[in-house]
Amino acid sequence: MTDEKGLSRRHFLTVATGITGGVGLVLAAIPFVSSFRPSARAQALGAPVEVDISKLEQGAMLRVKWRGRPVWILKRSPQMLERMLASATTLRDPDSDESEQPEFAKNQYRAQKPEILVVIGNCTHLGCAPVERFEVAPADLGADWVGGFYCPCHGSKFDLSGRVFAGFPAPTNLVVPPYRFVGENRILIGDDSGVAV
Amino acid sequence: MSSVRVDAVGGRGAQLLRWIDARFPWSKLIKEHASEYYAGKNFNVWYVFGVLAAVVLVIQLLTGIFLTMNYKPSALEAFASVEYIMRDVEWGWLIRYMHSTGASAFFIVVYLHMFRAMLYGSYKNPRELLWLIGMCIYLALMAEAFLGYLLPWGQMSYWGAQVIVSLFGALPGIGETLVEWIRGDYFISDITLNRFFALHVIAVPLALVMLVVLHIMALHETGSNNPDGIEIKEQKDENGIPIDGVAFHPYYTTKDLVAIIIFLILFAGVVFFAPEMGGYFLEHANFEPANALKTPEHIAPIWYFTPFYAILRAVPNKLGGVLLMGSAVALLFFLPWLDRCKVKSIRYRGWTYKLALGVFAVSFVVLGILGTLPAVSLYTNLARIFTALYFAFFLLMPFYTSRERTKPVPDRLVYRG
Repeated sequence: MTDEKGLSRRHFLTVATGITGGVGLVLAAIPFVSSFRPSARAQALGAPVEVDISKLEQGAMLRVKWRGRPVWILKRSPQMLERMLASATTLRDPDSDESEQPEFAKNQYRAQKPEILVVIGNCTHLGCAPVERFEVAPADLGADWVGGFYCPCHGSKFDLSGRVFAGFPAPTNLVVPPYRFVGENRILIGDDSGVAV
Repeated sequence: MSSVRVDAVGGRGAQLLRWIDARFPWSKLIKEHASEYYAGKNFNVWYVFGVLAAVVLVIQLLTGIFLTMNYKPSALEAFASVEYIMRDVEWGWLIRYMHSTGASAFFIVVYLHMFRAMLYGSYKNPRELLWLIGMCIYLALMAEAFLGYLLPWGQMSYWGAQVIVSLFGALPGIGETLVEWIRGDYFISDITLNRFFALHVIAVPLALVMLVVLHIMALHETGSNNPDGIEIKEQKDENGIPIDGVAFHPYYTTKDLVAIIIFLILFAGVVFFAPEMGGYFLEHANFEPANALKTPEHIAPIWYFTPFYAILRAVPNKLGGVLLMGSAVALLFFLPWLDRCKVKSIRYRGWTYKLALGVFAVSFVVLGILGTLPAVSLYTNLARIFTALYFAFFLLMPFYTSRERTKPVPDRLVYRG
């Protein structure tokens, strides 16, 4: 064997050993990287929750927790819906094309039943909890405010369907979680199987 | 043959030293890194912040170890265990206040240390790697501060983590999966707290200490820069010692000791008389336990992150804001290559760089102030102006530094009393 052949053989062996070792390292990293994912218990605790809304009055909002996130259930009065539709001129995503919601909630009410709004109460910007500002034309939000949600962190404004107004940092409308009615006044949050679009 | 005679010379101490040196390069280490490490004789007050950063690192490691002895990394117990440290553990309040004040002190000295490098061109050839390692230390420090901030499990801990972790959700495609992977849950939970604790007390500190060792190794390879930005190694005497250099020990160790004492006086002043620093070192909202259903009225990160936070908020687009904030930090890495001027020190540089550096410093401070204030439109617009100036400093740098009118650089150091 010439020297040159020996060298190229050695080079081949070095590279082959290196690659084999590298593959081994990647495979060995899998358990560690995977251990960071939600555990079986975390997944179980993320199961759907059932809510009774029989005592919810018009214009009132109920807060429940699902997967540690605040879910708002708002019963909108006909006047609220009317005012909301009339003022829906400067929305960023009025038809919820870019927003996250179950198919059945991709309408102007962002709901299955127009009067019942179910949304996750975290701003789509950076996850702060917006506050409900249902009063009309308060001093700090301006004369054209007809009620909605205001995020105190970075100033994003949402209408009563959780649709974001244009010109504020939140990129999309508030997220509508999967949900379905399991009775006239009972909502199962976290599961929308079998809901007709 | 002569070794027997040499071994007998000197007292017990000298004999012990020889015994060690034959087995471990102790004297060699001391010589290379202290008694025969030569640095420019004209260091001014800007040159104390590296040593002070090391002092703060030691304070953080020591107090941190003692805090872990009483802290409980669980969502149910974390907040109460911090209160327990504050009220029931003997001197626990002092240890915790030292740690929380140390976090802010760390960033104060590191920001000044970095600004020193920008004043005197310490990132320039041949110190590019020194600068890059330093930037990695800065990144690790930011990670360490962020992870540690969740541990008290107060309202600001919780919502701060919520906001920062959500930033990763802006990445297209993998964002949501990545966020879930970081949290280990569908929200910031006990699981998140537990892993942040592990990263805060072992993973990141280990990386920090190793990076500091690399930083000092790189520094001692190239030698320290100085306020004149002249390579003192180019003028050596007959023994090969830089004419303008003095030994780090005892000359600079003595000087640094004065700085350390002054620093510790100020540090103790804060720890004892203003540990919360009016809500800037310990935010008021954090005295309330974490509540996933209620955001504090006004979320602001702790002061050392506010310049970048102001940049994030200035952009009316989530992904855009995140990318701009990331580049605000990333651009610092490229400083050695963005700056085309051969002259290092600001003393001999032209008015363009002096002006640009001034604009940069003002922008950084103003953005820092704006980041603590609510996002009303006046402040957002101001933040946009200063964000533009911040980026202009970096992006226009190749242009204004390549045709800079510099002053002649002397061959020898200029000593200014």
